[in-house]
Order: sequence, then structure tokens, then C-alpha cells
Amino acid sequence: MPSHGRVRLQQALLQAPTYLVVLVLGVAFGLPFLWAVLTSLKLPREIFLFPPTWLPEDPQWFNYVEVFRQAPLALFFWNSLKVTVLTGIGQILSASLVAYGFARFRFPGRNILFLIMLSTLMLPPQITIIPTFLLFKWLGWLDQLRSLYIPPWFGGGAFAIFLFRQFFLTIPREFDEAAKIDGANSLWIYFRILCPLSVPVFVTMGIFSFLGSWNDFFGPLIFLNTTAKFTLALGLTYFQRVVSIGGRATEHLMMAAAIIMTLPCLLVFVLLQRYWIQGIVMSGIKG
Amino acid sequence: MRLSTATREAIEGYLYIAPWLVGFAVFAAGPMLASIYLSLTFYKIITPPDFVGLDNYIRMFQDDLFWKSLWNTVYYAAVFVPVSIAGSLCCALLLNQRILGRTIFRAIYFLPSITPIVATAFLWLWIFQPNVGLANYLLDLIGIEGPRWLDDIQWSKPSLIVISLWGAVGGGSMLIFLAGLQGIPIELYESAEIDGAGSQAKFWRITIPLLSPSMFFNLVLGLIGAMQMFTLAFVATSGAGQTRPAGGPAYSTLFYVLNLYNHAFDYWEMGYASALAWFFFLILVLLTYWQLRLSRSWVYYEFDQGERW
Repeated sequence: MPSHGRVRLQQALLQAPTYLVVLVLGVAFGLPFLWAVLTSLKLPREIFLFPPTWLPEDPQWFNYVEVFRQAPLALFFWNSLKVTVLTGIGQILSASLVAYGFARFRFPGRNILFLIMLSTLMLPPQITIIPTFLLFKWLGWLDQLRSLYIPPWFGGGAFAIFLFRQFFLTIPREFDEAAKIDGANSLWIYFRILCPLSVPVFVTMGIFSFLGSWNDFFGPLIFLNTTAKFTLALGLTYFQRVVSIGGRATEHLMMAAAIIMTLPCLLVFVLLQRYWIQGIVMSGIKG
Repeated sequence: MRLSTATREAIEGYLYIAPWLVGFAVFAAGPMLASIYLSLTFYKIITPPDFVGLDNYIRMFQDDLFWKSLWNTVYYAAVFVPVSIAGSLCCALLLNQRILGRTIFRAIYFLPSITPIVATAFLWLWIFQPNVGLANYLLDLIGIEGPRWLDDIQWSKPSLIVISLWGAVGGGSMLIFLAGLQGIPIELYESAEIDGAGSQAKFWRITIPLLSPSMFFNLVLGLIGAMQMFTLAFVATSGAGQTRPAGGPAYSTLFYVLNLYNHAFDYWEMGYASALAWFFFLILVLLTYWQLRLSRSWVYYEFDQGERW
């Protein structure tokens, strides 16, 4: 065994330059985040010290409570959660049903409709935002969270439909046929045969949907007006304006708020890493 | 009345795609047509749209800020996209080697892309703080006097590019490259070695051509994304409580969509903003078409493209 260990050591030494680069890059990616965490635990008077100190004198965990006192962050969090969950359900349900229609049924115009659907992938949201804004104004949806979570119920976007369809196509049709012979209707086949076999793609789409609405800034910025309706992404910029009035040091609070917003994303990543990575790779290869 | 099986199947199919059909009409096709019309009108919301022909488009081409925003966007995309793709590829090549703690490094590299853009903007506003920020402190340690980053006309765009790179290089595109690298058969390298190929030749003759589909995918998506730069610039430049308009200093970070947003939702010039939107759409379509054309000469597919569908 010792000789084996020596070989490994030799190998590691040969790889030293690689390790050095990997480490430097690791610092570049990790340090800003670490710096935010350290700042979020500092006292106001430590913030503007130059040269800055690395570790907080006495970690101020209370900063994370203070953040919720300075602005209705809990309400923003709740609004974001509501939008995220309702968007997620709508997007996944409608996109998978539409994908089912495209994957399993023959109807006139199917291919051309599918191509039109795919071409909307290229459609930037900016091109439709003004008429959509006017439409929502007319419907009375402005300054309502529903302006964010209702549209996803109508198809859920080209990317989601495409991802589901590609997955459904890999499931043998014989399964459907067998159920059909037993007298099952198409909805039963969808729920009892396709859905259970497609759990990974449902989880993947759930992650993408969550990230999309949790991080969305453009939509809330345009459709929401009153503070009480703000989602976390928009609420954070409001928070930034409010806390900085008076010119006190507020960076520790801003970092705490930024970290609070990031935590759910981190949690999803830690729990569902495998699906997350698979989803990205899948979309990259099949796109 | 009994319907034939084929008719029944067709009806069911239409029913399943109905949500999308409605959504497409209401949230895509309808708005697109409406915005063509709006782009030909003078419309400030309080009074009905007033048809003015091509006036908005003429005004657009005479507007200095329009050209400025277009230039800023092109500058940003032209620097950010190639650097981020090269960076992602380098990271993927590094992490594809057998090194200790590979999964930990992959997670650290990936962390910035998980961070919401608004939070990213907060983090970097603080790091790029001109007087006591971490960036200038670290530069100070090696004897360089750091710039004023986002407050400096010369440095504001590069600063935003650095922030974007931080969030992009270790993210999805790196993972796609990693998957691409792992899909290259080892036999190819082995037989190349037998033929006496060095590591340089192996990289340029095997790795790069076989990764070209991943590269193309990252390029198309990266370019479209970069052209749509908005949130980061909006939050980082209107930020830190200084109640200054987004896009500063001196319009140096006024990107195309930021300019569009200002006209639509700050000045309520819906007609002019719709013209901006349509021109933008045209640019994106042309860019994508041009890339698809170019791709034929450099993207290598192992299998017939027809099979991909």
C-alpha cells in the first residue's frame, strides 16, 4: 500500500499547476459570496473600516432579524412564494398536457403548430410586454399577483412543452395501447402511465419553473405598483432605497437580505442537485 | 352520432393543446400584432392612439440615446459572450480531469449561477464600492489603485461584464461542456495517440470539433441573453440608494432594453417604445438566422441532423 500512496502523491505533484488554477478559480467564484456572508454578520461601524477586516468582531446574527423589521420582507417573501407555487403548478400541468397532445395524438396541422410553438422560444418578452401591459390594464390585473401567475397556466412556455414532449416520446407507445385495450381513456393514460414514468422531467421542470419565477424581476417591475404586492426580487430594490435613507451604513443588512433571497435557491440545489444538472444537460443536448 | 377513431383522436389532441393555443393567441400572436400597430401611433395612454405612420421609426434613427443604447448592448454582448464561453470551456476542461474534490469545486463554480440576479447585483455593488470595497482593497494589496468601477464611465460596462461573467462562467454552459466532454469516446484519443498525435493536436482535432454542437448551443443562447441585458444593469446602476436613474453614469450602461423600458414605463411613450421593441425583435431574428447560417461551416454533427427530431 505505501508504494500505491507514493504513486498517488507523485500524480498529485504532477497535477499541481492544475490544482492551483482550480483553486484560484474556486476563490474567484466563492469569495464574493463568502464576503457577503461575513459582511452580513458585522456591526455597522465595522462596515466602512479600511483596510476592511475579514471576520466580524462579534457575529451579529440579529442582523437577519433586523432586516425583517426594516421592511416588510416577510410579506415580500410570502408574495414570492405564492407566485412561485401557483406558477409552478400551472406551468407544469399545462405544459405537460400540451406536450402530451403533441406527442401522442395525430391531428391536422400538428407539425406546423409544433413549429410555431418552437419558434416562440425565440420571442423575447420585451416585444410583447407593452400590449400585454395594456391588456392587463384593461382586465384590471395591474398591481395584482395574478398578472404573474395566471399566464403560465396557458401552455407554460415553449421550453417546458418541448422538454416534456421530448421525454414523452421516449416512453414506448405500447404502454398506452395496452391500457387503451383495457378501456382506459386518454386522461387516465396521462396520469397513470406517462406521469409516473416521467418523474425526473417533472422534477427538472419544477426546478426551472421555481428559479424562473423566484428570480423574475422584469415582470414584477412592470406589473406591480404598491409595496404590499412586491415579490422578493422587486422588494429587495425597495429595501435598498428605504434602508439607505439617512446615510447610515446598511451594507450588512443588504447582504443579509440578498442571502435570504438566495437561500431557497441553495436549498433546492442541495436537495435536487441531480435533477437540476440532468435538466440543464438534457436541454443542452436536445435543444 | 359515432365519430371515427381518427376524428376522435384529432379532437382530443386539439383539446390537449388548447391551453397553449389560447395562450399563444392572447400572450404572443395578439400582442405582436398589436405592437406593430402601436409602433405606428403616438400613444401616451391617457389619450387614444393617434396614427402617425413611420414617425416613431424615423425618430428612433435620429435619437442619439437609441444609438448609444445599441452600442452599449453590442459592446456588452461582443465582450461577454466569447469570454464567457471560453471561460466555461476552460472550467469544464479543468473539472473533467481526475482531481480530488471535483464535486466540491463543481458546486463552488456553480454557486454564482444559483444566486438570483438581484442578489448578485447587491453582492457586487458592495464589492465594487469605490472607497472601502473588497475589489479595491485587494488591488491595493498588490499596489494598484482601483478604479471607481460602476461610478466611472470608462469602467461601468467592464464592471457589469465582470459581474455577468461571475454568474455565468461556472453555470449551465460549463455543465453542458462537461457533459459534452464526457460524451467523447476515449478510443478516439487512444487511436490518435497511436498515430502520434500530441496533446495540442488532440485538443484542436478531436475535443473542439466534437464540442462544437455544445458551443453552438451556448453561443446562440448566450447572445440572445446578452442582448436582453436588463435586470443586472437596472439594479446595479440605479442602486445603492442613490436615487439616480438606471443606465448611468452618463448613459454608459443604458442598454437597449433599459432604453425601451424607460420610454414605455417612465415616459409612457407606448408608440415609440413599440417601435423600439419591433426593431429589437428584428435584430434578434437576424442575429439568430446569421448564426444558423454560419454554423454550417463550423459545427460538426456526428449524426445526421435529421435524426435530432
